[in-house]
Amino acid sequence: MATKAGSKYKKMTMSPQEYQTYAKTREPSRAVLRNCLRAFLVGGLICTLGQVIQDLFVYAFGMSQQEAGNPTVAILILTSVILTCLGVYDKIAQWAGAGTAVPVTGFANSMCSAALEHRSEGLVLGVGGNMFKLAGSVIVYGTVAAFFIGIIYMAFGVEGH
Amino acid sequence: MLRGKQTWWFEKRPVIIGAATVVGPDEGDGPLAADYDLVHPELDLQQKSWEKAERLLMEQASDFALKKAGVDKQELSFYVGGDLMNQIISSTFAARSIGAPYIGMFGACSTSMESLAIASLMVNSGAANSVLAGVCSHNCTAEKQFRYPTEYGSQKPPTAQYTVTGAGAVVVAPEGKGPVVECATIGKIVDLGIKDPFNMGAAMAPAAVDTIQTHFNDTGREPKDYDLIVTGDLATVGHGIAKDLLVRDGVPMNDTVFTDCGLLVYDVARQKVQAGGSGCGCSAVVTYGHLLKRLEQGEFRRILVVATGALLSPLSFQQGESIPGIAHAVAIERAQ
Repeated sequence: MATKAGSKYKKMTMSPQEYQTYAKTREPSRAVLRNCLRAFLVGGLICTLGQVIQDLFVYAFGMSQQEAGNPTVAILILTSVILTCLGVYDKIAQWAGAGTAVPVTGFANSMCSAALEHRSEGLVLGVGGNMFKLAGSVIVYGTVAAFFIGIIYMAFGVEGH
Repeated sequence: MLRGKQTWWFEKRPVIIGAATVVGPDEGDGPLAADYDLVHPELDLQQKSWEKAERLLMEQASDFALKKAGVDKQELSFYVGGDLMNQIISSTFAARSIGAPYIGMFGACSTSMESLAIASLMVNSGAANSVLAGVCSHNCTAEKQFRYPTEYGSQKPPTAQYTVTGAGAVVVAPEGKGPVVECATIGKIVDLGIKDPFNMGAAMAPAAVDTIQTHFNDTGREPKDYDLIVTGDLATVGHGIAKDLLVRDGVPMNDTVFTDCGLLVYDVARQKVQAGGSGCGCSAVVTYGHLLKRLEQGEFRRILVVATGALLSPLSFQQGESIPGIAHAVAIERAQ
């Protein structure tokens, strides 16, 4: 059976460049249109829900639109955290994509999931140290973006609000 | 012993005298559920951390394998194992409870066949009377270390793979009842510049192709000499690429059954696993649970398992490095 070791099969004739191009063609295409549609639907639904909650605060407790803002966000965050703890949020997110990531619920999920995941490493180094692991860059670049928008406003002599 | 360039031929014909697998709920929901020794209904195995759960999988698989082999922990010559965690903690901590002299190795998902090859080499050379070779992986520890927190809501692309929660272990000995480890081809790193950690199948496929071709060159065998050639965890995307590359290079892969453990371990169409399974546990539970049983039942005479590994770290891909791939092939034959 085993003959003298020869090279009957010559190896990989593709260059890295050729292979990368070839591998790209083998990737199943991402359903961009479907993902956009789902994101629009779910994101819109979450925002509509937020609006309903806000209106409830306005009509039930006689708050102004502005006063109702904070408790509304708190309820959305709480809902997101509960869904994350129940292990459902990530399943909804696989379907909804950016729809659940962009609203405030996505931010809450990123913090809550990191806190849960690193609970085993203790309250300080685990939860405290890792809670902003994903949310941190949102805060950093949110602040940076706000800074530059502020400069643009100033340069054109427009008031911020 | 050495045949060709990088193949070890085991003349003493080391025998797998015991094999065992322990898996989590998703694998238990898959098509091979009946082949595993133990299916855990929950991912945390009632442990306080994912890491503890993964370690328990390894300990249980080892215990079952030793029991089936009829080898006492005290008699065991060596334990060779690895996993995907930083500093391979799951294997090391399992080795603490196994108590045998221990060699830890890291070959990412290829560690399953890497450890079996080394264990067989040790037995073949007379360096050991019995060697336990075992690997494990856990979906949540892998997500936590390589990707995002498990409960984080990120959308995975269709090329992503689902890390298998499971451990597989075998006991290799100079003689006994069971399938024979014939030879092993140790692969080299092949890196064709794929950088996407969500497309590891494409990153590893060239390594699998290289090892398979080398195996045939070194041994003088042909695909038809095997009833089954199975890659470790290339899944839908990578396995398709590997097959096309082999056929393109003139290897008659259609003469055999060529498949992938990542496609066997789950019902890819039904279970939400994107392209298929991955992880050390993937090739280990499919080979040690499913394939060895089919060998013994007489369905196969000889199989070639080509475990594939993506040797990236969370640091390396963030720094924009490409993913080095590797594959180790082990040929297993039914005892005559």
